[in-house]
Parts: sequence; C-alpha cells; structure tokens
Amino acid sequence: MRTLTKLPGSPNAEADVASESAHARKAQVGRNKGDGPLARDVTHDQGQGNASHSRQHESAIKHVTGRAAYIDDMPAPADALHVALGWSPVAHGRLTRLELERVKASPGVVDVITFVDIPGHTDVGPIFPGDPLFVDDAISYLGQCLFAVAADSHKAARFAVTQAGIEIDERPASLDPVAAAEREEFVRPTHVQESGDWQQVLEGAPHVLAGEQFVGGQEHFYLEGQACLVAPTEDEGVIVYTSNQHPSETQKLVAEVLDIPFHAVTVETRRMGGGFGGKETQASPWACIAAIIARRTGRTTRIRLPRAEDMRATGKRHPFHNRYRLGFDDQGVLLGGDITVIGDCGYSPDLSEAIVDRAMFHADNAYSLGQVRVTGQRARTHTASNTAFRGFGGPQGMMVIEAAMDDIARQVGEDPLTVRKRNLYRAGRDITHYGQRVEQLTLLHDIVSQLEESSDYWARRQAIRQYNAKSPIIKKGLALTPVKFGISFTAKHLNQAGALLHVYTDGSVMINHGGTEMGQGLHTKVCQVVARELGLDMDQVRISATRTDKVPNTSPTAASSGADLNGMAAKDAASQLRERLLDFAATHFNAEQGGLDREGLRLENGTLIAGDGPDAKRIPWGELVQAAYLGRISLSAKGFYSTPLIHYDRETAKGRPFYYYAHGASVSEVSVDTLSGEYQVTRVDILHDVGDSLNPAIDIGQVEGGFIQGMGWLTTEELKWNEAGRLVSDGPATYKIPAFGDLPEVFNVALMQGHPNSQASIYRSKAVGEPPFMLAISVWSALRDALSSLTDYHKSPALDTPATPERVLLAAESLRQAAVHGTDADDSE
Amino acid sequence: MSVASSNNNVADPAMIDFYLNGKRRQCADIPPDCSMLELLRGPLGHTGTKEGCASGDCGACTVAIGEPTADGSLNYHTVNACITPAHQAQGAHLVTVEGLSRGDALHPAQAAMVECHASQCGFCTPGIVMSLFVLHETQRTRPAPFTQQRLESALGGNLCRCTGYRPIRDAALQMADQPDTHPTWADDPSLPGAVASLCRDVMGRTEGASPGHYTIPRSLEALRELKRERPEARLVAGATDLWLETTQQLKPLDDLIDVSRVEELNRVEAHPEGWWVGAAVTYSRLAPLLDAEFPAFGRLLHRFASMQIRNRGTLGGNVANASPIGDCPPVLLALDARLLLDGPDGERDMPIDAFFLDYKQTALKANEFIRGIFLPRSEARQLKVWKLSKRREDDISAVLAAFAWRLEDGVMRDVRLAFGGMAAIPLRVPAAEAALEGQKPDEAAFAEAKRALRRELSPMSDVRGSAEYRLVAASNLLERLRLSLDMIPTDNGMEVMLDAYAH
Ligand SMILES: Cc1cc2nc3c(=O)[nH]c(=O)nc-3n(C[C@H](O)[C@H](O)[C@H](O)COP(=O)(O)OP(=O)(O)OC[C@H]3O[C@@H](n4cnc5c(N)ncnc54)[C@H](O)[C@@H]3O)c2cc1C
Ligand code: FES
Ligand code: FES
Repeated sequence: MRTLTKLPGSPNAEADVASESAHARKAQVGRNKGDGPLARDVTHDQGQGNASHSRQHESAIKHVTGRAAYIDDMPAPADALHVALGWSPVAHGRLTRLELERVKASPGVVDVITFVDIPGHTDVGPIFPGDPLFVDDAISYLGQCLFAVAADSHKAARFAVTQAGIEIDERPASLDPVAAAEREEFVRPTHVQESGDWQQVLEGAPHVLAGEQFVGGQEHFYLEGQACLVAPTEDEGVIVYTSNQHPSETQKLVAEVLDIPFHAVTVETRRMGGGFGGKETQASPWACIAAIIARRTGRTTRIRLPRAEDMRATGKRHPFHNRYRLGFDDQGVLLGGDITVIGDCGYSPDLSEAIVDRAMFHADNAYSLGQVRVTGQRARTHTASNTAFRGFGGPQGMMVIEAAMDDIARQVGEDPLTVRKRNLYRAGRDITHYGQRVEQLTLLHDIVSQLEESSDYWARRQAIRQYNAKSPIIKKGLALTPVKFGISFTAKHLNQAGALLHVYTDGSVMINHGGTEMGQGLHTKVCQVVARELGLDMDQVRISATRTDKVPNTSPTAASSGADLNGMAAKDAASQLRERLLDFAATHFNAEQGGLDREGLRLENGTLIAGDGPDAKRIPWGELVQAAYLGRISLSAKGFYSTPLIHYDRETAKGRPFYYYAHGASVSEVSVDTLSGEYQVTRVDILHDVGDSLNPAIDIGQVEGGFIQGMGWLTTEELKWNEAGRLVSDGPATYKIPAFGDLPEVFNVALMQGHPNSQASIYRSKAVGEPPFMLAISVWSALRDALSSLTDYHKSPALDTPATPERVLLAAESLRQAAVHGTDADDSE
Repeated sequence: MSVASSNNNVADPAMIDFYLNGKRRQCADIPPDCSMLELLRGPLGHTGTKEGCASGDCGACTVAIGEPTADGSLNYHTVNACITPAHQAQGAHLVTVEGLSRGDALHPAQAAMVECHASQCGFCTPGIVMSLFVLHETQRTRPAPFTQQRLESALGGNLCRCTGYRPIRDAALQMADQPDTHPTWADDPSLPGAVASLCRDVMGRTEGASPGHYTIPRSLEALRELKRERPEARLVAGATDLWLETTQQLKPLDDLIDVSRVEELNRVEAHPEGWWVGAAVTYSRLAPLLDAEFPAFGRLLHRFASMQIRNRGTLGGNVANASPIGDCPPVLLALDARLLLDGPDGERDMPIDAFFLDYKQTALKANEFIRGIFLPRSEARQLKVWKLSKRREDDISAVLAAFAWRLEDGVMRDVRLAFGGMAAIPLRVPAAEAALEGQKPDEAAFAEAKRALRRELSPMSDVRGSAEYRLVAASNLLERLRLSLDMIPTDNGMEVMLDAYAH
C-alpha cells in the first residue's frame, strides 16, 4: 500500500478562525449566483492568502534572483541545433532563385530547409489562410521568411544565412493603407455598423465638423523576443517549449505542418518575458520551423530571434487612418454622423478581421454617438502582418472620437471636459451603435466626477490658463479622458476555458489552466482563486506550466480575459473538489454519531470546520485529504467555463458582443516647449474600475503599466519604414519605448471602490489587462490642449500620433504661422 | 571554449582570469569577439542575466563590475554585458544576479523589488536588480539623497515594458528599509585584495599577447608598438560603439587592441590653459571635471546614453567614431578643443576642427590613435549645450547644438555655433557665427544668424527626424539662446525651456 506523507502541524494548531470571514464567503458565494447589480458588501479579506489580497507575483522571488527560466535559459542537450532564418530583403516581388549551396557548406551547418521541405500544411494563417511558413514564390513584405538554417551554434547559423544567393523580381511596394483602401486592396471585407438615419442627421445638424487623423502602430517590444525550443519525441511527434500566448493553436499548427495528429504534439509555456498580443499568433511560425528541423534531424532545436529580426519579421499594432464627420447641437452633444476607420493590416489577414471590428466597437468610447454609421476597412499593404496588441484595435478606434470631442469643444467654445461629460452614455442614450445596452450607466459618471474632484481639475484648468497667458514658450495642457472597454472575445467560441486541479496526499494542490503567464499575474490570481475556494493558504497551491496535454483546446490568453475565463474554470474545479470532500467528510467523520452536519461544513484556513462556536469540530486539511484518499475519493477535478449571454451577428451588425464593460478615466497634465517640441508629462491621476479587485497590487500594476505603455504608443514610439518598405526603427536604439524618467512625477492611481461587476464574473472582478492602456489618450489630448493655447483655445491642432517632439514642434509652428498669416491651420472644417 | 574554476596561475594570454560572484574563474580559449553576456550564458551557464537587444539599449543584461580602488576596496559599476568584451573581465570582480542573495535571504535590492511588486514578466528584472545593487553599494560608500535625477541616472538604462516603472522607483526608495543582507562573498575581507593582486598579475601576463587575439597593453609605449606591428588591428575602448559591429552587423572582430587600461590614456591632467583628458577616460570618470568646469557639458552627460554606457564609453571613442550624431564632437568644436594623436611615427596635435573630414572619415592615420583631448580653460566663455531627441533619456540626438561665446561690453565675442545631426559631420556654422560676432544679442542679429543657418545647413531626413524638423529646431535653438540671453526675460521671468531638458 502507498504510504502517506507525515503531515506537519497538530490538528488544532489554528483554532481561531474568524467566523465573519465564513459568513462573508457564504454571502459571496450566494452573490455570485445572481446576475443583478449588488452593492459591495465585502471590502476586505476572505481569509489568509486568498483572493482579493495583494499577493506578490508567484514568481517574484525567482524573477529577482535570476532563477525564473525563460525559453533561452532552458538547458538543452549538447547537440542541440540553433536556427537562424533567411529573410526577404525586399517588400514585394517574386522569388526567382534561391541559391543555398554556400549556406549548406558554411561551417557548423547541419540542415537547411525551404518551402519544399514542409511535410504538411504550408500556410500557418491562424484563422484565415494567407501566412505561408516560407515564401514559395510571392514575396509580400521585407522580413518575410525564405529559408531556415540549423547549425551547431547560433553564430554559425546566423553567419551561414548571409551566404545565400537570393534573386528577386522586385515590384513596387504598396505601403500606404489609404491608397490601398481606395484601390480596394483589402485582406478582409469591409464591415459596417449603422444605427438610425445618420445621413439625415448630418443634413439637419446645427453644427457639423469633420476631421482626419493618422494613428501610428506600435511594436510590442516584449523584452524576451520570440523564442522556442523543440525536442523530438520517441514517436512521430514533438514537444514544444515556447514563449507563447496561444499554446493550443501552436499545437494545431505544428501538427498540421508536420502532418501528424494533434495528440503527437505537446506545447508547454511556463512564462513569457512579455507578450502584449505579440505572441498570440506570431509565436507559432518559429515553433513550426523548429519542429520540422527537430523531426528531420532527430535533434533538439532552438530558435530565438535577434531583436532587429524580430522587429522586422513580426506584426505590430495596426496603424489606422480615421475619419469622422459628426453633427452636434449647440451644447456640443452628438447627434450622429459618419466614422471610418482604416486599419493597416499588413500583407495578410492574421487577426485583422476582429481587430478592425474592435476598433469599430470602440469608435464611441464612452459616448453615445447618436445616429451613426461606422465603417471599418482592412487595408492590405506590403509590411509584416499586423496583429494583436493590448486593446486589439480598441485604442485606435477610441482615438477618433476623442479627437472629435476636443475639436467639438473648441468649436462650441467649451472646455473639452464639459463636452465629454455631456456626451457620456446616460439614461435615454444608453444603446451603442451595435445595439448593446450599456448597463452600469452611472458608473462612468461617478468615476469622472470623483476624478474631476480628486485631481482638482477645474482649479488646475484655471491656473494653467493663467500660466499660459503669461508664458511665451512653455505651454501647459490638461485633459481628462474616459475609457469604456468591452470585455469578451468578439469571436464567441473563444469565450471558454478549462482547468485541471489535483490534490496530492500531503495536501498540496496543483492547478493547471489554459491561460498563459506573461507577467500579468494570471497564475497568481488563479492560485488565489483556488486557495480561496479550498480555504487554503496560497503557499499550498502551485501552478505549473501551461501544457496542451493537461488542459486541451484552450483559447489564447488575450482580450484581457485570462482571469475571467480561467479563474472561473479553476473555481469550478476547486468547488467541485470541495463539495466532493465535504460530502465525503459528512459521512466519514463522526460516523458513530451519524456523521457531520453537511450544511455546516466548510473549509477555512487549512481546516475543515463542522458546526459553529466552541463546539465546532476542526479537522486539518491534510488529514481530510488523506482520509479521502484512503476512502477512495478522487482528488482530482477538471473545471470548465463558458461566458454566458454574448452574441453578435455580423449580418445585422447588432448584438451583445461584450459580457460587460470595464471603465476608467485619467487626467494628464503636460508642459510643452513650443520652441523645441519637447514636453513632459508632469502629473497623472487615474481612477479605474476593476469591479471587486482579485488582487489590488496586480491590478494597479496593470493599470500603471498599461498607462505608460499607452503613453509610449502616443508619444515616443515611432515606427518608420523607408520607401522600399524596410522598417528602419528596428531596435531599441531607434524605437523608443518609455524609460524610467518618463514616469510622471506625480502619478496617482486608484481603483474605483464600491462597484462590483454587475455580471457574475469571478468574484465580481473585472478584466484589467487592456482597458487601462487607453487611459493614456489623456496625454495626447493634453498635448493638443497645450498647443491649442497658442490660438487662445480657438483652434484644435492636428496632431497625428505618435506625437513625437517633431510632430509637436511642427504643429506649434503651423499654429504660429496661421496666427501670423491668418490662415486656418485647423484640421477640422 | 573551456572553463575552469581553480587557482593555478598558468600564463595563458587568451585565458580570461577573473572573479565571478566571489569565486575565481578561469576561462580558456575565449574568442576576442565574445561578449561578457555570451561568456556568462554560454560556457559559464549563468542564465540569470538576460539578452533583450544585444545593443546596449535595454539593460536586461546589466551586470556589475568591481574594480580595485586605491583604498583597497572594490568599486562597483554597472555595464551592459551584451556589448562588453568578455576579455574586459580580466582581473575584475564580476557580479551577476545569481550572486546577490545569501542563500534564501534576499539582498535589499531584491527584497525591495519583491515587496513593491516591481516585477511582472520578470525579464527586465535581473538587470534592474543589478542597477539597484550598484546604487545600494554606492549609497553605502558615498551616501547622498535619492533625488529624481539620481534615480533616473541609475535606472535610465533599464527598460521595463510591463510595470511603467512606478514600483521600480518605489523599490529603489525602499531598499534602505530592508534588512541589510549581503552575499556571503561580501563577508570575505580578503576579496578586494585578491582581486587587486589578480588584476596586477593578469595584466602582467596578457601584455603583448599574440595577434589574432585580444591584447591589452598597459603603457603608451606598448600601445605604440602594437600599432606598429598590427596597424590593421581595431582599437577598442569602452566597446559601446564598436561591439555593435559584431552583435548587429555580424562583422568579425578578431584582432583587437584594448586601450582601456593604457595608463597614459587614463589620466586627466590640469594645466593653466586647460585640461588634458586621456582618450580612454570614461564618461563616469570625466563627469566631476565637467560638472565643475563645464557645467553645460556636464549636464549633457545626464542625457548621454545610460549609466551602463557612461561607465564604459570614452570621449576618445566618441571622437574617433566620428558619428555625425555623436554628442561630444559639437561641444568640443564649440569649446575649441584640441586633439593629441599618437602612433609609432610620433605624436601630433591638431585642432578638433581639422579632425572630421567626411562622413565617418577622420584625419587619423591607420596606425594612429587618439591619445588625449584638450579642453581649454576660459573664465569668460559661456556655453550652452542642447540636445533634441525623441525620448529624453538614453536616446541619440536628432539635433545637438553647442553654443559658446563671451560677452564683452554687451556684445558677443568668440561666437562658436556647432551642431550635430545637421550634416554628414559634426560642424560649426561660420556664417551664423559671423552674424552674431561683435553684435548685441538682439532680435536683429539673431534673425540674421537664423537666416544664415538655414542657408548653410541641409540636414538629412532619417529615422530620428525629418530635414524640415531639424532645420526648424536648430533655428529655434538659436531663438532659445537669444531668449535666455535676454537680460529682462519676457514678462516676469517665465522659463524658456523645460527644466528637465535644460543644460
Ligand atoms: C545604448 C547606447 C547609447 C548611446 N548613446 C549615445 C549618446 O547619447 N550620445 C553619443 O554621442 N553616443 C552614444 N552612444 C555611442 C557611444 O557610447 C559613444 O560614442 C562612446 O563615446 C564610444 O566610446 P567607446 O569607448 O565605447 O568606443 P569604442 O566602441 O570602444 O570605439 C569606438 C570607435 O573608436 C575607435 N577608438 C576607440 N578609442 C580610440 C582611440 N583612443 N584612438 C583611436 N580610435 C579609437 C574604435 O576603434 C572604434 O572604431 C551610445 C551607444 C550605445 C550602445
Ligand atoms: S541585452 Fe539589451 S542592453 Fe544588453
Ligand atoms: S517586468 Fe516585464 S519588462 Fe519589466
């Protein structure tokens, strides 16, 4: 017989259990069953180490000691191969000759593969085809993969690549998405959302304003580049270790490329050194290539893209061209109009269908648009295929309406905040242009008014106006912008998750789920959920790597949904196990006296408690587990969750694509040197809605990190291609993400209290990965505010993004010129 | 490559002999172009130090190097292991993220990072921990308040894509409240002495190693001799420019002469007419002189690269590299600096104006090297240095302006207006200088100078800025100069530039 581990601690070591916490948790459990909005009745802890605590990241100690292993840190056999890739040197053309003899003869080279060496599928497009693993003959962007070299060292492989003879019949590259859209060169069909008679509104509106803007893309700049390690297995398959947000899809693609069943491929992801969307679809090709080589050579194979290659080969946040034509009344309240968003998708669909959809879903941000048409176009250009990035098109869509809010405010001579507030969704104006009702209607009003007050908006507004009137060169700007962001995958089937929970006989718990950890604290939150459900300390719950052989057919960790979906699946598994153990305990313990009262049984602080008060019976968790094992009760459970309620009909362009909305608002203040274009963000105040936070420390980390990343997108992060289609900002020397000194001197971040999610999400929390990113729009708006002061706030300056010092300076110059020559430098009619 | 960790003293010049986290390590057959990061992650199996870019820009590879000081202790500074030659570890104490904790007890830098929730994905974390470690060490030996500027300078070279830096700032401020745990190697009082004696021996035996290797001369004489024997060998000082050739362009670097330990090139000498700065003096060592004597130049250093780069990079390397967007050449032009070139054929002195010939071409002969840079002293001279770049910290200039002049009876004299980023070489703009020379700093004179500037300069458009922006900005910097000279500042003393950018 199996011997059981001796357990530490005496049975009654922890006698004092806070009984309110039990009540609180019961109340909580009850609440989660309901659907309606509830007041927040539990504001603090539910027992040690459980959910709602600011627990440190599960890997924090490993991070700071260097023990946390990323893909390239994993040991591999001494004969492991290193792969370097050969890239297209032009953006568009036909590959006429690929001479690889000298590559093969280069020192250390073991294998060289091209298109013809792919055993199975040659296209690795995630949803729609269009992404060949290697170029066959059509070249669609500079940096597209032509061939792969495996050698016994990384240097040898990289050197061998330079020995290739490549001949290409080069064609002119199409790099302008607006021109491409005019020529109707699209990667997917155009989609239109319409509500009401927008044409008539435009004809009859007292005021009509039109504007146009370019919103730049963004490189993910995950600190750990694309990387994978693939080992052949003893049958026909492979095991793939990859820095990857979507292991299940990589499993599928690797199997298809190798032409083997899915069960022959196991994909494992322990952690990523950052993902941000860049490893949702774009981590797969490297795994497929390494898998082919691993199978051909029988050797473990490693791929790690050098930074510049990573930046050229992989897609980015979509740049957008947005246009609006909107009618409004004398108060600046929108009546309706027409909005077009054109996403620059790069050469293939990738996820662009859903990304441009999301831009369209967020073209209203927090405002009721009235009767409106929103059109989304997906332009095809000769650049890498643009992909998911935190916000997934939402930020680009919001930019158009935030621009309009500023422009309308200047037109009607009001403060932009006043106009924004007048336009917020409110009773009677609570249906979006795609037909979803906005449920927590007052929440955003509350957030804005609390923030207005805590940030002292109006007093500062006055001080800034006075300052600007006197200061000839330095101009200050201030802006408050809200965020309303829809939570759920817009592809309905992705809104599902699974979890696998094991309890071992020493009482330790292992949880696996389909989500991946990229720094967002998902694993920490899921451990907290399990600990809370089982009444354990976090230390007793461990999470191991995400593996396709533990939880199958998972969705990507994306759309901010990681904790919502996987947390729920883990909760399902844990509560099943808890109920099973309690059922067992009820009959097993105290059997002579007819067992324990099942109703009064609960797990708290590592103890099974029966009954109340001083007579309560307490059985340590470990003892319970061992008894259950001996009683032949299964100590393993699998959980599942699918999001209720959601649907969207692309035919009618109506539905409820989002389970709920997450909200927030921010106020930014900037100082701009109008002679040089240099500026500083001096103060930022944020109030953000995460429902009832699962882990305030992690959530605040997401809010702050998202904000700064968003600020980088709108200010210094400039992607530049030359006329030949070569990305010239291809490394951190030329592509500038925010650095330490860009952190605003005053940075007040708070989570909105007292507003649990109105939907029955995990413990009434809300998703937090993406929504805060868009809080940074206030920085851009504040820059425009500062510039607008050059015209005494009469004009709204054109300011494309990223608003680099160059763009800010040139905008300032043009406003000054206009003042001198009396011409109109305004971008709006 | 092979690695040993013994105490024998075989004199193999290609062997790198150093201390790693308190333990003596000897690594044989390390190629000259191997970086410290490759050495650590490869043969030494220390994968805690990460590679994020291999170009010195992200700081994920930050490690600390302890060098023996005159007072018998070890002085630690941060470096980017990805672009530091492995051979520069010779005789030093290298500290990596693996070497900080004491068993399970975390170093204050680590403990503060955990407590402040300052790691998310954790990939930048080892580098950040090392920058904090050095900040903590510096604080122990030379305590000073943690001002925003000090924190920026300590952490500006470490990018973090996840956290937004607020918790990292908190961790820096909170380190001092952590229990004073230190690694076991720090208990060993003999370590600094051992490192110092290893450094002496190693330097003795690597002197004059054979070609095809990495040679580290210690004297001017030896350097001249090496330049005679191997005129084609590349010189390396801080490697902060040179190493990118191997990591980014895969060019071979198989024959190197390291000037960083040549005694004569490491001196700063004060003379009545000015200062001779040895070409191999790093920015970090130069900073005190600049702060005291050329404050505008000193302040530029806060926006020059990052701490990691300033700890290794040299003025000599910046001048020899002759990049049109290098930050120091325009300042040296404005200061009327001189260069001392040296080599087997003897030394020669030249004004810096004569040094830059064409794009990345200089007056330096193949067998020559820069020995020193002379910074002239002048009581009356005024200097302004303004750098424009996309990001305030650790970015390369789109435009760098260095203006020097003196005021004599209300008129400007000895006006020198120099720019970087405005042509293929760093240069002065004589017509604009002439427009100001002998004039009052009034609007008319400056209007003429600006016209001359626009006439004479035709900058490029590139990834850092368009030609139009560069021209407008350069001319506006002249306007800024006028405004800052305006004795009755517009209205009631309103600023004409942002404090954080002021030089
Ligand atoms: C991340 C990063 C940021 C940077 N930021 C800036 C910046 O803000 N401003 C800026 O101006 N530069 C910047 N640089 C460039 C670089 O740091 C500087 O140019 C530095 O001064 C180079 O000095 P070094 O000692 O490292 O030169 P090395 O790289 O060692 O050498 C550079 C060149 O000079 C030659 N050389 C070196 N010493 C001598 C000598 N004594 N005689 C003759 N030739 C010699 C070498 O052979 C080589 O060709 C940056 C670099 C990096 C990696
Ligand atoms: S790896 Fe980025 S600085 Fe060294
Ligand atoms: S924690 Fe991810 S880059 Fe800093």
